[in-house]
Amino acid sequence: MIPGEFIYHRPSSVAEAVSLLVSHGDEARPLAGGHSLIPMMKLRMAAPEHLIDLSGVADLKGMQEVGDTIVIGAMTTQHELVNSDLLIAKLPIIRETSLMIADPQIRYMGTIGGNVANGDPGNDLPGLMQCLNAVYVLAGPDGEREVAARDFYEAAYFTALAPEELVTAVKIPTPPAGHGFAYEKLKRKVGDYATAAAAVLVTMSGDTVSSCSVALTNVADTPLYAAQASEILNGSTLDADTVTRAVAAAEAITMPAADGRGPAEYRTKMAGVMLERALARAAERAKG
Amino acid sequence: MNDMTPSREQREAALEGMGCKRKRVEDIRFTQGKGKYVDDIKMPGMLHGDFVRSPYAHAKVTKIDATEALKIPGVIAVLTAEDLKGVNLAWMPTLAGDVQMVLADGKVLYQNQEVAFVVAEDRYIADDAIQLIEVEYEELPVLVDPFKSMDPDAPVLRPDLEGKMEGAHGPRKHHNHIFNWSVGDEDATDKAFAEAEVTVKEMISYHRTHPSPLETCQCLASMDKVNGELTLYGTFQAPHVIRTVASLLSTIPEHKIHVIAPDVGGGFGNKVGAYPGYICSIVASIVTGQPVKWVEDRMENLSTTSFARDYHMTTEIAAKKDGTVTGLKVHVLGDHGGFDACADPSKWPAGFFNIVTGSYDFPVAHLSVDGVYTNKAPGGVAYRCSFRVTEAAYCIERGMDVLAQKLGMDPADLRLKNFIKAEQFPYNSALGWEYDSGDYHTAMHKAMDAIDYRGLREEQKAKQEAFKRGETREIMGIGVCFFTEIVGAGPSKNCDILGVAMFDSAEIRIHPTGSVISRMGSKSQGQGHETTWAQIIATEIGIPAADIMVEEGDTDTAPYGLGTYGSRSTPVAGAAIALAARKIRAKAQMIAAHMLEVSEFDLEWDIDGFQVKGNPEARKSMKEIAWAAYNAPPPGIEPGLEAVSYYDPPNMTYPFGAYFCVMDIDVDTGVAKTRRFYALDDCGTRINPMIIEGQVHGGLTEAFAIAMGQEISYDEMGNVMGASFMDFFLPTAVETPHWETDHTVTPSPHHPIGAKGVGESPNVGGVPAFSNAVNDAFGFLGSTHIQMPHDAWRVWQVAKNLGAHG
Ligand SMILES: Cc1cc2nc3c(=O)[nH]c(=O)nc-3n(C[C@H](O)[C@H](O)[C@H](O)COP(=O)(O)OP(=O)(O)OC[C@H]3O[C@@H](n4cnc5c(N)ncnc54)[C@H](O)[C@@H]3O)c2cc1C
Repeated sequence: MIPGEFIYHRPSSVAEAVSLLVSHGDEARPLAGGHSLIPMMKLRMAAPEHLIDLSGVADLKGMQEVGDTIVIGAMTTQHELVNSDLLIAKLPIIRETSLMIADPQIRYMGTIGGNVANGDPGNDLPGLMQCLNAVYVLAGPDGEREVAARDFYEAAYFTALAPEELVTAVKIPTPPAGHGFAYEKLKRKVGDYATAAAAVLVTMSGDTVSSCSVALTNVADTPLYAAQASEILNGSTLDADTVTRAVAAAEAITMPAADGRGPAEYRTKMAGVMLERALARAAERAKG
Repeated sequence: MNDMTPSREQREAALEGMGCKRKRVEDIRFTQGKGKYVDDIKMPGMLHGDFVRSPYAHAKVTKIDATEALKIPGVIAVLTAEDLKGVNLAWMPTLAGDVQMVLADGKVLYQNQEVAFVVAEDRYIADDAIQLIEVEYEELPVLVDPFKSMDPDAPVLRPDLEGKMEGAHGPRKHHNHIFNWSVGDEDATDKAFAEAEVTVKEMISYHRTHPSPLETCQCLASMDKVNGELTLYGTFQAPHVIRTVASLLSTIPEHKIHVIAPDVGGGFGNKVGAYPGYICSIVASIVTGQPVKWVEDRMENLSTTSFARDYHMTTEIAAKKDGTVTGLKVHVLGDHGGFDACADPSKWPAGFFNIVTGSYDFPVAHLSVDGVYTNKAPGGVAYRCSFRVTEAAYCIERGMDVLAQKLGMDPADLRLKNFIKAEQFPYNSALGWEYDSGDYHTAMHKAMDAIDYRGLREEQKAKQEAFKRGETREIMGIGVCFFTEIVGAGPSKNCDILGVAMFDSAEIRIHPTGSVISRMGSKSQGQGHETTWAQIIATEIGIPAADIMVEEGDTDTAPYGLGTYGSRSTPVAGAAIALAARKIRAKAQMIAAHMLEVSEFDLEWDIDGFQVKGNPEARKSMKEIAWAAYNAPPPGIEPGLEAVSYYDPPNMTYPFGAYFCVMDIDVDTGVAKTRRFYALDDCGTRINPMIIEGQVHGGLTEAFAIAMGQEISYDEMGNVMGASFMDFFLPTAVETPHWETDHTVTPSPHHPIGAKGVGESPNVGGVPAFSNAVNDAFGFLGSTHIQMPHDAWRVWQVAKNLGAHG
């Protein structure tokens, strides 16, 4: 549990950070809250020679509503996500989900940018971002580009992020007022990654679902946007039969690994149970 | 008496003696981060050691090349088995009569086994060097399943034992067999089974787990080559034994070895044994002439230094139709890993597992234990229990439930029917123990009333019906456990460690102004000895506990003792303390008589001093006596006021308790929620009720962890799974249930203050209570026994297999 040797950099602007990434190439890694990267370095599963600490980059902090989009700076901590009045009012599912990440100590340090850029299927925010149809703003040597969360994840620790790029912000379309939401996470204990988790965002008109979006966490080597399940639920009254079909559709796209949390079959089934419970809670909230 | 004279009650209260909920004095420094642990100690020129470990579970080591590592500036040395052979320390004796490699000698027997020891100027450099040491391995077939250890074609794990058909505990019947240990009357037991109206048989496994002290194992060795003296700071539960063993192994005379255990951050059995890290640090210090520190990380701790349990217990009970038990037969297969490093008293290869008859009046019983080798880490420590007692308690408590189910009897009623009765104590068990005292029926009835046991059973019945009607997806379990422990090792007639008898000791020294320093052979790792030992002395000699300093762990100053584990401190050292205090009081009585100019026999003891019988105003307080003891002793009596006592207990002590766990299980996720946990403990005389409560809370939390998920497992390649806190279940305050505690008091008749020891009861009794609750919940769906640990996925699997998912 002792990391190898590295050189520490503390740039003060995005441009400076990007140029450090460019000049050190594969040998460099951005450092945000350090709560995924440093444990990996201690296990020597990661051995970057240059650490580019982003905590001095003021432009990466803060949160605001721009038109019908909420923009969250990459270095916003998970603790700030939990306590933001803006998010509590407009996107309460972020608070609900963030409260299930690790424990308070880790949330004081861990950031939204690090959580979504990390590429660990165990992270909770990527699945949530897929559910919310968020877009990541990436800055690189050639300027900015945007990638949808639903297109970002390729495999465990492999994402659309190039080595010389940074995530600078996350943009989330503000859901309509009165929407229903729920994040259901099964875990063994506080601080554990999900055995399986489901994020649900739903709007209802009367008893009918007018829009619905479902994503799953930690039941494949990437987060999963459950397109078919979302479609099945759309326009339905969330009757038992529809829910059963949606759950089956969601379970069908899972490919979990067997680990200490349980065998693959269990984790697939738990994704289904979490979805069912999240749906019930989200619908209740939507009906208000 | 004028108004200023304190009342008897006030004088009594001022002592904070036995029975007082005195706050833990050591917590003042612990809660401020001011404890002094091994890793806080820094010495000039101190070097750091760290291990190269094997990635394979079973392999030949064909080459170790440290050339590149030694080129790193700051790397001082790399030790291998070849180097240790020069000082005859490539292997070391284990507590169980086996030998164990210190560093891989030609082969490795488990994953993460120590292969080479790097010594460097700092910990970072040591770790960098580890990455550069090239070790070549030739993989061998791996043996993981203990049930296959004695297959004819099983791989030979221990070529060093080739042809040795006699082990430390009798004949070996296979190259991977360690010992067989049989107790009890086999013929009479067979007869009882042949004649039984009802029998049950179940293979009950207690999985491999591991203690998790906050502080891992560590040491700092410093060899002073000029004076030939070795100073060894370490996380030792038994520092004196470490000193003796170090002397025997190193040939350094014992008086030139200074073993010091400073504050120790939890032990739970993990810090009883001797580990390669200690030996390598000592050798490295001898080689380099500089102090060498070794600090284990958490993964090393979980995967190498001393697992616990791993017993597979085939349990059979014979009974009459009315539930009266008539015989018990148990066969245990013990998985010991690559070396038998079980931490038991030397003559007890399976510890005190023969307490397996539990709280019940079994007329006959037979026990047979086979220990075998596998490609797993060695150990077999008593994880917060007396030696193998928690395994035994789990075995019988699960077994009684299996019998109750077969008979269609309530498990509490079955226990009540078979308890040893209060009038049968002292009671001789069928497997050879003399239980000192107990009143099981009273304790059980008190517990059942406290939780409204019958009411819970009715609620459970209603819930089962509702479940069958499809109205709920939740089922309810009530776990019953009534355990009897055997602690306080132990009488020298049957207990020793490597030949050292298991007595303990106390030295008490009263200063002229009436304050006290006292030292013991025990060693607190969090148990609160600084608080409770002072309370015993306070009551015995009438000096306030606040004026009594307790010191342990420095072998130069403390009297020789066997340390703290197996709930032995109160039964053994606690008795020595009381007896040493009584010697002081006897001398004090002579001095007081002289001061008051009366005969000793005219004096009586009263709280904090002696008074003349019939004339309580004529009295001398202990403080006054202390001054006189030094400055005006009676003629012919030597000055001073101190005493030493060594105590060889006449018997073990037998704490017991009634534990109940009420659980609700979500069959769709397998998540089990503990609604209520009630623990009634009888540990005899209670020295500090608050500390007892704390001990019970801690032990129950460990029991909860073990029963509900805490496991060290291996895949078929022998890779150790989950040896980090990400996977190894260490519950936080959020997961931990609320504990309700209660007690009865049945003093030990042979202990000077009647105390029995409590630290381990909750682990021993807690595990069966949790496991029985899970089993009880599923019983109505047709299951008879569910193996631990009961983590969510396994519980879900059980529900699925029983058809609970429709
Ligand atoms: C005990 C424990 C339990 C945890 N439990 C959970 C949990 O339940 N759920 C959960 O979601 N997470 C959990 N985490 C992870 C935690 O949320 C981390 O904080 C998070 O995964 C990473 O964020 P960070 O800011 O700490 O990033 P870092 O660890 O600093 O970085 C993580 C990775 O992202 C890269 N990176 C960081 N910022 C950027 C950026 N702006 N642009 C490009 N790349 C970047 C880094 O180079 C690195 O590769 C847990 C962590 C621990 C230690």
